[in-house]
Amino acid sequence: METNNKKLVNMDLKQYGMFLILIGIFILFAITTKGANAKPVNINNLIMQNGYVVILAIGMLLCVLTGNIDLGVGSVVAVTGSVAGIIMIDYKMNMWVAILAALAVGLLTGLFAGFFIAYLSIPPFVVTLATMLMGRGLTYTLLQAQTKGPFNESYNFIGAGFLPAVKVPFGDGTIDVVSIIVAIVASIVLIYSEFRNYATKKKYNFAVNPVWQIALKLAIMLFIIWFFFYKLARANGLPFVLLIMVILIAVYGFVTSKTVAGRQIYALGGNRKAANLSGIDTNKVFFWVYVNMGLLSSIAGIVLAARNGSATPKAGDGFEMDAIASCYIGGAAVAGGAGTIVGAVVGAFIMGILNNGMSLMGFTTDVQKIFKGVVLLLAVTLDVLSKRKKG
Amino acid sequence: MSDYILEMNHITKEFSGVKALDDVNLKVKKGEIHAICGENGAGKSTLMNVLSGVYPFGTYEGDILYKGEHCKFHNLRDSEAKGIVIIHQELALSPLLSVAENVFIGNEQTSSKGIIDWTLTRSRAQEMLAKVGLEHEDVNVPINTLGVGKQQLIEIAKAMAKKVELLILDEPTAALNDEESRKLLDIMLQLKSQGITCIIISHKLNEIEYVSDSVTIIRDGRTIETLVKGVDDYSEDRVIKAMVGREMTNRYPIREGVEKGDVIFEVRNWNVFHPDDEHRQVLKDINIKVRAGEVVGLAGLMGAGRTELAMSLFGRSYGQKISGTILINGKEVHLKTVKDAVQNKLAYISEDRKTYGLNLIGDIKENMTIAARPFFFSKNGVINANDEIIAAQEYKERINVKASSINQVVGSLSGGNQQKVVVAKWMLTQPDVLIMDEPTRGIDVGAKYEIYCVINELAKAGKAIIVISSEMPEVIGTCDRCYVINEGEIAGELDKEEFSQERIMQLIMAHMRKGDGNGN
Repeated sequence: METNNKKLVNMDLKQYGMFLILIGIFILFAITTKGANAKPVNINNLIMQNGYVVILAIGMLLCVLTGNIDLGVGSVVAVTGSVAGIIMIDYKMNMWVAILAALAVGLLTGLFAGFFIAYLSIPPFVVTLATMLMGRGLTYTLLQAQTKGPFNESYNFIGAGFLPAVKVPFGDGTIDVVSIIVAIVASIVLIYSEFRNYATKKKYNFAVNPVWQIALKLAIMLFIIWFFFYKLARANGLPFVLLIMVILIAVYGFVTSKTVAGRQIYALGGNRKAANLSGIDTNKVFFWVYVNMGLLSSIAGIVLAARNGSATPKAGDGFEMDAIASCYIGGAAVAGGAGTIVGAVVGAFIMGILNNGMSLMGFTTDVQKIFKGVVLLLAVTLDVLSKRKKG
Repeated sequence: MSDYILEMNHITKEFSGVKALDDVNLKVKKGEIHAICGENGAGKSTLMNVLSGVYPFGTYEGDILYKGEHCKFHNLRDSEAKGIVIIHQELALSPLLSVAENVFIGNEQTSSKGIIDWTLTRSRAQEMLAKVGLEHEDVNVPINTLGVGKQQLIEIAKAMAKKVELLILDEPTAALNDEESRKLLDIMLQLKSQGITCIIISHKLNEIEYVSDSVTIIRDGRTIETLVKGVDDYSEDRVIKAMVGREMTNRYPIREGVEKGDVIFEVRNWNVFHPDDEHRQVLKDINIKVRAGEVVGLAGLMGAGRTELAMSLFGRSYGQKISGTILINGKEVHLKTVKDAVQNKLAYISEDRKTYGLNLIGDIKENMTIAARPFFFSKNGVINANDEIIAAQEYKERINVKASSINQVVGSLSGGNQQKVVVAKWMLTQPDVLIMDEPTRGIDVGAKYEIYCVINELAKAGKAIIVISSEMPEVIGTCDRCYVINEGEIAGELDKEEFSQERIMQLIMAHMRKGDGNGN
């Protein structure tokens, strides 16, 4: 029983570990930027600038779980954004038509890649390298290498808008009551679910973590929630992108941990042949993972175009690498079969905080890339070394 | 003292506080074949890794004396330089490279300037192959075009190329059939006559009895004893007793009070063609019947088509142009996918747990419930996690999986416990018919016994069980009846009263002659 508990402790510590690194990096930049990165406006930017990477990282995690990656997502972001732009600007059509068309194009690219990967057994690396080239070329062709814009305000709301806010005077500025209410609700839900989980485990006589651990985990989570929501409340309230992100994280977190389909992705990544002989249609799993990636890429494309207020041929350039790196930094196994949605999202935020912090310090994007590379390598190396020690 | 080529004294090796080897002593005489026996996890492979420098000097306690010299190996190269070569269970061959290249992998034949001399490589490879009885093989073909038996011999040829004096073979015959095994053992005897000393690790006690001069038994990381042929009692039962620490009078638990019911599984006129060649018929007109509570064996040589039969029945996982009828519980079923098969209460436990049975990075619970999950542990696609934990816990205890918890990663379990996890996985799908393909391959005597008990328990619960095994004593010991399969056809059927290894071989031989007579 003692070894049993020890195992649980280790497992959970690794999960908080990622949050602690996130907080650590944030504090580091808070010192080097003299608090500039913790200003409400900057927190707001952090969310809005990283929204699309988070969305892509969620989809990419599923690809990474199968032991593969999707190189085409950046190009699909560009194509879907430009399709939306062309429909709204050239054809003067309603924004909803544009959004639906963009989603449809994303779905199509997913079906295309999924078909080659799942039913013709072409390696995903090759198929998505092709979709990456094709997508980028298609974007330049569609846009004739020019920027399409500006879009109207109601469309831009998706990427740059805020949920309704009730601002009241507070300190030297205002505070949004809605954000605070949402934070309170989120805290209650979090505490309640943790208690319920504890109670069920007790009821079934399962091993439970010591109370201090649960309390620590809750404290960290609550601290992060309140920090973010307080800062957002002091700025403009809750960005619409945050809503999209939270919904996607909740849905995909549930799918990957609590549904048969989600666990089948893990089984496929762990051992494809064994999964096949366990009654899992692995071709089907592969197919839907890539179809899903196409769909999420189009959502990211819609958000990005809305934030920029225009569609540009270079949109989404290199996003695939950010998304892949987010998954690996978030602890997903390169060979597949292990990783979590929350991990990928935290990974995306670690990358985002690095970018943002270095920008504030005045580093160019060129220098930022060097640091991002170093962090990726360090994260994966540490992960691999820690596993080797255990084995 | 000088007649010992190798003395390993008081070897102790710890892994994070757990003693894998505890004061182990091993003395090997020059020119003998020395066997090492022990259950899985007893520490045999660890001991050989200490000897060959995989665990470098300083990471273990104790002393290695080789040809009178104290050895301090830091890696494999150090030990190979002294003429100690280890051949692992998993072959270290590069499948797409030629036979010649494989023989000299890591030991390339080069000119003085370090450039590979292909003529020399080929001619010396031919020379080495002749030493292991493969003088007629073409050294230029990719090694994956040869069978496992020949590949294993090429591993030995590779060792010969390194001027081996002490050859260590870790379960060399695990993947070989009887004929190939015999050939390999005879090559070992031939090497012995050339003065090469061999250490062989094996679970197959009949082989040890056949080939070795002495045997050291290791149990729980300690040396129990060393038996010498011609001096001590060298029988299988004697060795097993030392291995498990108790008398194993009956290796097969007796099945009592099992009522045999109606035929619940029947296959009629089953024909299957090779997946890559639609003209090659792999299985011809197979007809089998199994009753509830009955354990039926499929005996035959390796490559006879038994696994192919099982896989083709199991949701057409093998072959093409499949025809025939399957009846489960008297009803004809069409099993087009594995899912259909599971749904219709058929389960298949693969012969190769690591490749086809387990997700090695997943935990015990995940592995146990993955196949049953769509049917028993979920509602509208959403998993009931608590039910899964309860079920996994129950089966872990019921079939005695030795692990710290159901959250332990399967890859860290021993072979026997991994096999139990696979068995539990299929028991959880609540099948009426179970096909168990080599259910005890590569696992130790104790775990084997436990698997046999599970088979008995399933029979008692009225399941129909088919056991595929290459070990004839296993078929004889566990089954009520058996079909002998040869070259994709049923060569005969034997009842428990008629069981004997000789009868099975007779049927196979008779069938082979018949095949030849038909102008095959």
